[in-house]
Amino acid sequence: MQGNSVLNIALVGNPNTGKTSLFNQLTGLNQKVGNYPGITVDKKQGKCKISEHLTAEIIDLPGTYSINPTTLDETIVLETLLDDSNSSFPDLVIVVAEVENLKRNLFLFSQIKDLKFPSILVINMSDQMARKGITIDIDALKKELKSEIILISARKNLGIDALKREIENYENWNTEPIANISEKIDSVFFETIKTTFPEFSLYKSWLLITQQKNCNFLSSKLHHKITEFNKDNEKVGKYQHKETIYRYQIINEILKKTYSVDKNEATDLRSRLDRILTHKTYGYIIFFGILMLIFQSIFEWASLPMDLIDSLFASLSELAKTNLPKGTFTNLIAEGVIPGIGGIVIFIPQIAILFLFIATLEETGYMSRVVFLMDKIMRKFGMSGKSIIPLISGTACAIPAIMASRNISDWKERLITILVIPFTTCSARLPVYAILIALIIPDERIFGIFNLQGLTLMGLYLLGFTAAISSAVLLHNVLKIKTKSLFVIEMPNYKLPSFKNVFYEVVEKTRAFIFGAGKIILALSIILWFLASNGSDKFKKADEIVSKQESANNLPDEVLNKKIASYRLEHSYIGNMGKVIEPVIKPMGYDWKIGIALISSFAAREVFIGALATIYNVESEGENVTTIKERMAAEVDPVTGEKRFNFATGMSLLLFYAFAMQCIGTLAIVKRETKSWKWPILQLTGMGALAYIVSVITFSILS
Amino acid sequence: MGDTIASLLIGEIGIIQDFCLDAIPLNLLEMGCLPGKEVRLLQIAPLKDPLYIKVNGSHLAIRIETAKQINITKLL
Ligand SMILES: Nc1nc2c(ncn2[C@@H]2O[C@H](COP(=O)(O)OP(=O)(O)OP(=O)(O)O)[C@@H](O)[C@H]2O)c(=O)[nH]1
Ligand SMILES: [Mg+2]
Repeated sequence: MQGNSVLNIALVGNPNTGKTSLFNQLTGLNQKVGNYPGITVDKKQGKCKISEHLTAEIIDLPGTYSINPTTLDETIVLETLLDDSNSSFPDLVIVVAEVENLKRNLFLFSQIKDLKFPSILVINMSDQMARKGITIDIDALKKELKSEIILISARKNLGIDALKREIENYENWNTEPIANISEKIDSVFFETIKTTFPEFSLYKSWLLITQQKNCNFLSSKLHHKITEFNKDNEKVGKYQHKETIYRYQIINEILKKTYSVDKNEATDLRSRLDRILTHKTYGYIIFFGILMLIFQSIFEWASLPMDLIDSLFASLSELAKTNLPKGTFTNLIAEGVIPGIGGIVIFIPQIAILFLFIATLEETGYMSRVVFLMDKIMRKFGMSGKSIIPLISGTACAIPAIMASRNISDWKERLITILVIPFTTCSARLPVYAILIALIIPDERIFGIFNLQGLTLMGLYLLGFTAAISSAVLLHNVLKIKTKSLFVIEMPNYKLPSFKNVFYEVVEKTRAFIFGAGKIILALSIILWFLASNGSDKFKKADEIVSKQESANNLPDEVLNKKIASYRLEHSYIGNMGKVIEPVIKPMGYDWKIGIALISSFAAREVFIGALATIYNVESEGENVTTIKERMAAEVDPVTGEKRFNFATGMSLLLFYAFAMQCIGTLAIVKRETKSWKWPILQLTGMGALAYIVSVITFSILS
Repeated sequence: MGDTIASLLIGEIGIIQDFCLDAIPLNLLEMGCLPGKEVRLLQIAPLKDPLYIKVNGSHLAIRIETAKQINITKLL
């Protein structure tokens, strides 16, 4: 390799072998790691300095058991390895295996070798060997596989330097294939393949033939040639089976000579834990107990830090107000932007606790047991046991949750999962719920323990989950999709969570939440502020018009000024827009100001509070600093003189937020994952209509 | 005769027979579920489905309809 060239290195391996852990060690990044097969569902890249002169682009891939994919995330691996026009086409491949399941890992390694990539076998989790009584004769294995092998522990950072040194030498690696498929299966057939595709390795041609439907990068000419070979479906299928059996034969022979497990050393902690955690009664009790614990802690543990943050931001507003020059812009900062951001930051404790639990559970290996427990039940709703993971992580954010559904192999189960995920209560709903609940639900305890506000919040979570399940049942009966499904999930061994992984996961996720929402709120409050502080003729002449109207009433100055401010806001640009939508939202019990906030929150739900704050503050310019909550509580309906956020309107808003699909990010992901606009549009309209109808009914019953 | 993985009781072991290749998805073979290999039933989920098995060193959960496709001979 010359001077400053960049080497593409792909990390390939079975799920859960520690590819991402190694990736993080090599690149210094913090991609998500977890003890569940299917954590990584997309290609991720990062830079790594291999030596003085050699920089590499490391490509982390989803885990796969073979290059013959059955799920979308596995297809990404196939594409990366076969499409040589791709910018991330690897120059060399690191196959990440793991000490316990070496046999199955070698199956994939043999496929990679047969593709003739310069490749190295990395055996991870060496720290577990002694405890499990495993011995591997590395030197003998090297000879048998004609490959370089490095034993590492990605978690303990052992062997990484040795790996880098070996990579420097990659041009001298042996690239001989391991399995000679043509000889063992049908030499005539494979000989014709060889002569038809002289430009490829035999195994690559064979993969193109068997995986044609998953390769959308082929030229039409190549397509044509390939079709010639896989016309006979049955034969191809039979040969694939033969190939698999043949590969395992070779591997068994090799491992017999090089690998041994001392059964006495292996503890049976696994089976004991399994017996309890998947037990037909205790299993469910433990699962629901854990869920209860999570929700309780979100409300209980978080309340103290939340109060601290609240008062911190109130004093920050005060500070801005007293130190900046007087004017509308200062008001925007002090009463729009700061409380708006505060309204997000205040949720750090809750979100961090939520992620703490999710990340810990994922690291222990418990999640696969939940999949096992829930599969049958979830199938009644048209989903898969694997849907549980996205549905749980949907309580944080729908976007990664929808991505996480990639390892569901059955398309119908996956589609239904994707479609119903947005009903689960994501963290962006939390700010809206919290403030509305604080306004309309009394802070009382029932039975001396349960906080009424906390119960309401819990009820909203349950409502979201119920909505998800019911719409899944509906979709299950409506969607006519025939699929041949194969459900297999590996049950990983239990592990003690790595503190570092959990910590990074919590920090990373929380940071993303704050900055993502923070940016939108900042931008939106400035836009709204501008639209609310400017307007056409009537806006500019508000002073004159109102004074003239009220001249007979002889009002005190203060009241008159208030009237002028309201009049001005009503005739600002945003007021004009608000008036247009008012007839539509009136039946739900909202005025145009809430309407504007509602529309703003289609960018992201958590913007609602910030938007209201901005609008109210432009109106009440120059008055004393108040928190958003106080300002909302003080808002009255000018016609009836009643509180604006009374029980009826509050409930109607809560339910609207529970059901409506207000998240552009989610819609975009659904489009990408389903490759069609049909499904996001269905979500937007279906959930929107449901939310609207429920809110209208709620409001009319309650008021 | 006619035993499949689905007819094992918890803790029992069977040997996978030469099975009809069409009935078994390739993907299961690739995870190590091969003819001649030992399979042990570890757990049955509460609603009788899926099954938690150990085969050829791998710990897997499969659904009952897949399990019914895999013929075995029981070991005592
Ligand atoms: N004991 C031990 N555990 C490890 C080691 N490396 C990774 N792990 C753990 O193994 C689990 C899987 O690690 P990941 O890096 O997420 O594995 P992956 O191969 O990227 O998994 P997928 O993305 O799901 O395919 C996590 O719980 C890690 O903490 C190691 O060297 N020793
Ligand atoms: Mg990964």
